[in-house]
Amino acid sequence: MKITLKVWRQKGPSDKGRLVSYVVDDVSPDMSFLEMLDVLNERLILTGDDPVAFDHDCREGICGMCSMVIDGTPHGPQRATTTCQLHMRHYKDGDTITIEPWRAAPFPVVKDLVVDRSAFDRIIQAGGFISVPAGSAPDAHSMPVAKNDADDAFDAATCIGCGACVAACPNGSAALFTGAKITHLGLLPQGQPERMARAKAMVEQMDAEGFGGCTNTGECVAVCPKGISLDVIGRMNADFLKSSK
Amino acid sequence: MAVTGAILVLYLVAHMLGNLKIFLGAGAFNAYAEWLRTVGEPAVPGRTVLTLTEIVLTVAVVLHIWSAVALARRAGKARPVKYAARPKAHASRYATHIMRYGGLTIALFVVWHLLDLTFGVVNPAGGAAAPYDRVVESFDLSRWYVTLFYFVAVIMVGLHLRHGIWSAFQTLGMTTHRTRGRIRVASALLSAVLVLGFLSVPVAVMIGVVK
Repeated sequence: MKITLKVWRQKGPSDKGRLVSYVVDDVSPDMSFLEMLDVLNERLILTGDDPVAFDHDCREGICGMCSMVIDGTPHGPQRATTTCQLHMRHYKDGDTITIEPWRAAPFPVVKDLVVDRSAFDRIIQAGGFISVPAGSAPDAHSMPVAKNDADDAFDAATCIGCGACVAACPNGSAALFTGAKITHLGLLPQGQPERMARAKAMVEQMDAEGFGGCTNTGECVAVCPKGISLDVIGRMNADFLKSSK
Repeated sequence: MAVTGAILVLYLVAHMLGNLKIFLGAGAFNAYAEWLRTVGEPAVPGRTVLTLTEIVLTVAVVLHIWSAVALARRAGKARPVKYAARPKAHASRYATHIMRYGGLTIALFVVWHLLDLTFGVVNPAGGAAAPYDRVVESFDLSRWYVTLFYFVAVIMVGLHLRHGIWSAFQTLGMTTHRTRGRIRVASALLSAVLVLGFLSVPVAVMIGVVK
């Protein structure tokens, strides 16, 4: 397949950046999206050009590194899929694809498609943990957890912190990410002692990072590779309001 | 946003129920309008309750708009560089458009609505006419464009509320995994009831049920 790419190129944080067109001729439908970029990069290296910088790690859909907005959709058109698990068979010969980095002030561009997501780390540092030593995994029956709570906590815990929610949100809000972390710990017994302080600290850190406010548009859920539900935002708001009383 | 929105929704419910009194005839409708001005008398001076309502509503509207502007400004700051590509599948952007631009349309409509039916400045019957006559004159067939504007604005209010009501519950942390779906359905139903209630009056005037 012949694919035309319009890729965001930016030399560094202070560079203005621009979209550059590349034609990739020998794309196989079996390639993943990242493998297609690898082919482009190998060619760029051979011709002495600077390869396109992009984040990637596990390439099996669980690490959340492959941050790129493909034709305006974070992680591309396939629902509940990371970029690395998107395959070129979803495109056809002659297609033009625009690739941009996550666009959010708290995620500054490092180079090309790579953004700095340390803002998420700082939100976790503000309270996304349990300070008491929880020891090794307890026997399953020693600390009963209601089935609904266990399911909801697990669903929230599947968040891989990729930042697609922020990238898709028309407000640039990090409510889905922060909500997922608060819900995950807030539903389990181990998370109870610090529950309210956690919600307050994490929400305040989220705001301090410069993320926008949530207006419940649901754009985040539509692009989340793990299908995190909008319900986590309701739970975050409930805990935050209680903690502010 | 959520708290002021809730005040405005409660007002809209009362407003719609009041409007429906027009089906009880000119006497009942005008008497209801008069009652709104005299309720509480003689314990409190005339118009006390109405004036208080007007103050609460004005404050709610101002704070609602202020919150919306603050959110939009934060959103602008959070994404200084826009995307070059237009999103395809996921993004209807329905909620953003209907809340921000729809909200602006509603604000413009409220100005017209007050000039037309409250102050009577742009009403053919004039401000001194009885409320019933003002309604009938406003929705006269010869002023079809006014009625059309009213229809568009009321439907816009309905769409605004379809997202707004459940969104307010979510913002106030009153949704959980198991109730959010039901709250969304209920907010869509309430929006539909309000739209139908508000539209029933101009329709009744147009087909001659109310004249």
